[in-house]
This record gives sequence, C-alpha cells and structure tokens, in this order.
Amino acid sequence: MREAVLFFFIVVAGTAGELCVSRAMKSIGEVHDFSPKSLLRFILQALRLPWMWLGIALMSVGFFSLLAILSFQEVSFVVPVTALSYAAGAFGAKAFLGERISAHRWMGIAVVCLGVTIVWWSRR
Amino acid sequence: MTHTRRLQLKTIPLILICIILGPLGNVFLGKAMKSIGSLNSTSVAELVPVASRVLMSGYIWLGIACLLGFFTVHMLLLTWADYSYVQPAGSLSYVSIAMLSYLLLGEAISPLRWLGVAVICLGVFVVGRTSPSTTGARTNA
Repeated sequence: MREAVLFFFIVVAGTAGELCVSRAMKSIGEVHDFSPKSLLRFILQALRLPWMWLGIALMSVGFFSLLAILSFQEVSFVVPVTALSYAAGAFGAKAFLGERISAHRWMGIAVVCLGVTIVWWSRR
Repeated sequence: MTHTRRLQLKTIPLILICIILGPLGNVFLGKAMKSIGSLNSTSVAELVPVASRVLMSGYIWLGIACLLGFFTVHMLLLTWADYSYVQPAGSLSYVSIAMLSYLLLGEAISPLRWLGVAVICLGVFVVGRTSPSTTGARTNA
C-alpha cells in the first residue's frame, strides 16, 4: 500500500512535472548553439517561465517520493516500475502538448507496460 | 540529409549520455537511502533528523550531481524533440539500472526481473523507431 502511494506520486507528479518543463522548453525554441555563454542564457531564459517552476515543484514531489521508496526497496525494482510514466507521459503529451501519438507508439507503450507488470511480479 | 536524419544525429548521442547519468544517479541515491534505513515514520518531527542524516551522506550529493547532469541534457533534448520520443528512447536506461544495481549495490536480479526489463526495452525499441518531432519546435533564427 505504502509502495503504491509512493509510486503514484513518482509517476503522476514526476510526469506532470516533465510535461510542464517540456512546455516551457518548447516555448524557448530549439537550441542550436552549445557554447557556455548561450547555454547560460538558455538556463536564465528557462528560469523566467512559470511553467518551468511548476514543473520543478511537481518533479520535486516525485523526487522525494523516490527517495522514500528507495529507503526500503531495491533500485532494480523501483526504477523499472517507474516506467509506468510512459503511459502517463503519452496521455499527457497528447492532451497537454498536442503531440500526435501514432498507433506504432501506442503499441510500444503497451509492451513497456507489460514489462513493468513482469518486474512487479519479481517484487520481494 | 533529411530533417529527421539531422535531428537524430544530435539526438542520439545526448540520449546515450542520459542513459548513463540517470541510472548512475539513482544507484547513488539508493545507496544513500539504504544506509539511512527504512522510512516508516509519518511524523514531521522525526523527518528532521532523518533529512539531516540524508543530507550528510556523500552518496546523496553524488546522486544529485548525476541527476542534475542528466536533467540538463534532458532539457536540451526537449527543446527540439518530442517528449513522447525522448522519454521512451531514454528508457534503455532500464538495462543500465539493472546492471549498475547488480554491480554497485550487489542486488540479485532474478531471471523474472531481467525478463521484465527486456520486455520494457522491446517496448522502447518499438517506440524509438518513430519520428522525433511531430509538432515542429519553433526555432530561434
């Protein structure tokens, strides 16, 4: 039960946070120049966006949940189960970022979920 | 060279960096948290000494450093590539997390768990062979 709650926070808050960050990043535009000066400008630009901060807050919730679960479960169990964020990510990216998810991609995501199920069976 | 091909040439090396740094960070976090012991308490008063012990651990900072590196590279990727492409492609990290947990933490990975990881990677392979961007990132001319 405790595990289920923590996994829920890791997957849902973590994915929602990444979607917010992705939205912020897309509004800045594609990065072409990798010099330190323009990377710094890129970071400062990103930190001015509210979506970025909302994303960071949500990802923090996910991160602390991850720390909590790692205190009593194996890394090789916890991390594969967090792959459930693929399904969450696809739904979120479609609804929130307007990305088109092809049938091909949905099929891959279904296979990933099957893999997560198998890893869950290996729980100790 | 097509636009998609050009995108893949810069996308794939950065994804490889993510695949190493992310799992390494998680392994260090796991090592730090295991040394603290199971977090059972829900009382805020007890969280303070636990949090301070966590923050004193060298491994937690090593883990956070790896994850920050991972996060930066990941953000760069997201400026041009779809989230629903980057996330699945980066999930080859499930193989490296299993290997690193075995090598650095001594976790026994059962055949069932390896099977699960392999199936996850198969799913990743299916998803990874799709176009990196469907919405078209805006470019800074």
